[in-house]
Amino acid sequence: MTKKMAIIATKGTLDMAYPPFILASTAAALGYDVQIFFTFYGLQLLRKDLSDVKISPLANPAMPMPVPMPVMVQMLPGMESMATMMMKQKLKKHGVATLEELREICLEADVKFIACQMTVDLFEFDKSEFIDNVEYGGAAMFFGFAGETDICLFV
Amino acid sequence: MNFDKELNARGLSCPLPIVKTKKSLADMTTGQVLKVIATDCGAVKDMQAFADQTGNTLMSTAEESGEYIFFMKKK
Repeated sequence: MTKKMAIIATKGTLDMAYPPFILASTAAALGYDVQIFFTFYGLQLLRKDLSDVKISPLANPAMPMPVPMPVMVQMLPGMESMATMMMKQKLKKHGVATLEELREICLEADVKFIACQMTVDLFEFDKSEFIDNVEYGGAAMFFGFAGETDICLFV
Repeated sequence: MNFDKELNARGLSCPLPIVKTKKSLADMTTGQVLKVIATDCGAVKDMQAFADQTGNTLMSTAEESGEYIFFMKKK
């Protein structure tokens, strides 16, 4: 019988956007039937344009920095964009796929994307800003699939 | 070793070597052999795990001057 995996993606930052897409694409390659339930800030990962998905050094003390940087400096304007640019360069240098590429790989492999209807309404997201291959549903719909999975993760 | 298809996964990081291996195998027939060349050292264990979980046979793994060469026989 086909194995199944469900992931709940709740974060919308560049660093936390990777694990759901990496795990989902890998599981699909291994023959798993995969669904990702995007809720709260995870909904940002469904937007056609992912350029707003960023990483902040602020309140992220585990993030390796090229030079130690005091919090007072991290909060200055432009620091978030700079950290995002540096992280993207690092990812590229190491041959890590972009988020757009990984998301496309997931879709090609029939990973099902479900957007939490409640949080879409809560944050007044415009569905036209999301990619097309998204279904909308609630927690009960997620449990319909999650209850039968071999692996279920919260990211 | 003889092979039917070659996949260049040089410079790619997890999970791309596995994802691309899966894709390359998709349009091959049972018994055909795929040669994969990767530079990600994590691919060594991942390719074995991929084979174990998908039923394809990892016939050999070798390292040659910083490159990892795999021969995968399609199920």
